[in-house]
Amino acid sequence: MYEQSTNNASSFVSQVDSAFVFIFGISLLFLVGITAFMVYYIIRYRKSKNTEATHIEGNNKLEIIWTIIPTILVLSMFYYGWSGWKFQREIPEDAIPIKTIARMWSFTFQYENGLITDTLYVPRDKAVNLDLVALDVLHSLYIPAFRVKQDMVPGKQTNIWFESGMEGEYEIFCAEYCGLRHSYMQSVVKVIPPEEFEAMTRIDSSKLTSNNMIVDTRQAGNSIARKYGCNACHTADGSKLIGPSYKNIMGRTRTVLIDGEEREVVADEDYIRRSIYEPNAEIVKGYEKGLMLSYKDQVSEEEFQKLLEYFKYLSDQ
Amino acid sequence: MTKHETVSFREAQSRYKGIFAWIFSTDHKRIGLLYLYSIIIFFFTGVILGAAMKLELLAPGKTVMDAATYNAIFTLHGVIMIFLVVIPGLPAIFGNFMLPIMIGAKDVAFPRLNLLSWWIYVIGAIIALSSLFMSGGPPDTGWTFYAPYAFKTNTNMLPAVIGAFILGFSSILTGINFIVTIHRMRAPGMTWFKMPLFPWTLYGTGWIQILATPIVGITLLMIVGERIFSIGFFDPALGGDPILYQHLFWIYSHPAVYIMILPAMGAISEIIPTFANKSIFGYKVIVISTLAIAFVGYFVWGHHMFTSGMSGTALYTFSLLTFIVAIPSAIKVFNWVGTLHKASIQLETPFFWAASFLFVFMIGGLSGLALGALATNVHLHDTAFVVAHFHFIVFGGVGFAFMGAIHYWFPKIWGRMYNSKLATSGWIIFFIGFCTLYLPMFFLGVSGMPRRYYDYVERFHGPNIVSTIGSWVLILGLVIIVYNLIRSAYKGEKASKNPWGGRTLEWSVDSPPTLENFEEIPVVTRGPYDYRKKTEA
Repeated sequence: MYEQSTNNASSFVSQVDSAFVFIFGISLLFLVGITAFMVYYIIRYRKSKNTEATHIEGNNKLEIIWTIIPTILVLSMFYYGWSGWKFQREIPEDAIPIKTIARMWSFTFQYENGLITDTLYVPRDKAVNLDLVALDVLHSLYIPAFRVKQDMVPGKQTNIWFESGMEGEYEIFCAEYCGLRHSYMQSVVKVIPPEEFEAMTRIDSSKLTSNNMIVDTRQAGNSIARKYGCNACHTADGSKLIGPSYKNIMGRTRTVLIDGEEREVVADEDYIRRSIYEPNAEIVKGYEKGLMLSYKDQVSEEEFQKLLEYFKYLSDQ
Repeated sequence: MTKHETVSFREAQSRYKGIFAWIFSTDHKRIGLLYLYSIIIFFFTGVILGAAMKLELLAPGKTVMDAATYNAIFTLHGVIMIFLVVIPGLPAIFGNFMLPIMIGAKDVAFPRLNLLSWWIYVIGAIIALSSLFMSGGPPDTGWTFYAPYAFKTNTNMLPAVIGAFILGFSSILTGINFIVTIHRMRAPGMTWFKMPLFPWTLYGTGWIQILATPIVGITLLMIVGERIFSIGFFDPALGGDPILYQHLFWIYSHPAVYIMILPAMGAISEIIPTFANKSIFGYKVIVISTLAIAFVGYFVWGHHMFTSGMSGTALYTFSLLTFIVAIPSAIKVFNWVGTLHKASIQLETPFFWAASFLFVFMIGGLSGLALGALATNVHLHDTAFVVAHFHFIVFGGVGFAFMGAIHYWFPKIWGRMYNSKLATSGWIIFFIGFCTLYLPMFFLGVSGMPRRYYDYVERFHGPNIVSTIGSWVLILGLVIIVYNLIRSAYKGEKASKNPWGGRTLEWSVDSPPTLENFEEIPVVTRGPYDYRKKTEA
């Protein structure tokens, strides 16, 4: 179960919520007040009660009053909204940078030491600054419990920062419509003790795979697939999602389209390599072109070999 | 019967017969009804699509359709409802039918241009919907066609874009026609401040249509250029800027909200004094606030983009302007309620629609304040809260005003009365269904459910069930209302010239009006809402 709204989930919660309560309170007051006046008039002055209307064309004094009062109220709402928001633009200098990459339809998070995760880990009581990068289309990183949201725009870097005061797990949603699996583009932010975060981001990530002591090929391959968000579109159980499943591909003959022409190819190591680094060169028949981006410079050779073993394992069962 | 042998516009002979006497007619009343019938067809298509979405959201996971279908459905629902129903809605139907009569004219200034507008509308609509029957299927981009997704999707988004481009011309031509009609064709004695409020709102709307629509036109052309010729305007992969697209899109599409709501406010300003039997409170203030909304409405488009990554200065400037545009709307509400003070109110169906309009419009407007403030916007942006907000304004505001208008002017248009009890029960069921459908969405948005979600996490389940049930109640109300109106158009009791006791000029002509509306152009000596007895004046 994820944590819902608590006041110290992030440093913005209390300001945003008090602005909301202020605006909501005044709005409710007006709604109830005006509706009450209206209903009272309708009952009091219905035709059967009041057969003759009084001729009134207006009243300048009233017009001035009900122009000035709402003006003051909306300006105060504006001020409240602005003052509660401006901290979101004042990024502390010591905020820990975390590169956040969005693609259809997954988030990945990269820390200063190069470590990549599919879940966002942040330290408690420390400001973090997410550098937001979108690789394909617009996405929007939204953490409801923290009251933060920022669109991720391809070709342009945006930022979001926050500081959480409470350990726990909170939902991350993609809030900007991004295509077929938009509503499944979710992740989790885990607020952990600063020491743990320190330990996690200090280790040399190049040694990480060996340090992880992952011996089972299935686990290693699967964790790499998860880390790069592959599982948003591909499954390991043979079912079709956006792209073909990993299961039962190795060594099988596949019908692919190359520049619109059908060809039969055997799925060997080179084929898998091309599928990851040049995903749109050959499209398996029945799937759509242009949805997958190249993973060149992201998936390392070592990781590629792990994935290959994983796929072999899934095909040999 | 009057002493002259007169026939209504429905029976008047022209050189065409049958359906051609309608689709080639330059009579503003026939054109108004052509719009009505075409818009109603699209409206029901949109309603069915909306109901299908609510059904899918009844439970998490797949309920009745897959994600691709859902995404296409919410796109079509938006495109149809915005471009084909609500933007033309009140101006094209009641504006065409009533504007000339209300200002004492025989037709609009350019009757042929008026017919051309309807033809352009139909052609645009057919092109926009043609994607349904093409391989690749209807677009799945959302009605906003945001770049760069709109350039990457393999569905047919171009027909929808080209359709919307063509529809823009229909809108511009109607705007020009109404502005010239209002400037040049008012009856003798009808000074600007003796003109009824519905024509006033059409005047404000006309200017928005002329000035804002070309911007969306050029934007949609840029999309076409980008998709066909790969010119990089908006797609970063081609060197374009996706934020530029959002600016251009909302520079039109925000004022478009005022194209929708201003005539709705105009219709409400007609209904309330008629049923209150009393002059409208603060006539001139309402006129000025109409023009103020039309003017300030141009400068608030950025509030659709608070989380897009604009500069901080842009954010608080747009936030401030957004709050300022709220003031004239609030003033209108106060004046409408003020009109009821010491009135003598006839409790008839159009009045119930108008009163409930005030209620739902207030909820729509007040919820907009939480969206206009920066701190709360960041949390609520792109959530179900926004969906609830604009449905309260567009379906609540414009929709309720439309329902009020059609029940108000029904006797004038069809020359018959409807069953008042059935109409009122339709209204109450619709009203309850409407609130049940959209109020839970505010709650969902506050608790963080993003919009355009095919599937959702378990904690959003409860309010979604309530909302879906609301959609069923709303449709039940709608069926009752439509059944009653269609039946009454054929079998209703004959209506008199002025069944509600209205004082504006349309109530002085026959029901239904004759081809030329007036035998003799009237001379106007009194204000539009002067309910004093003739001797007192």
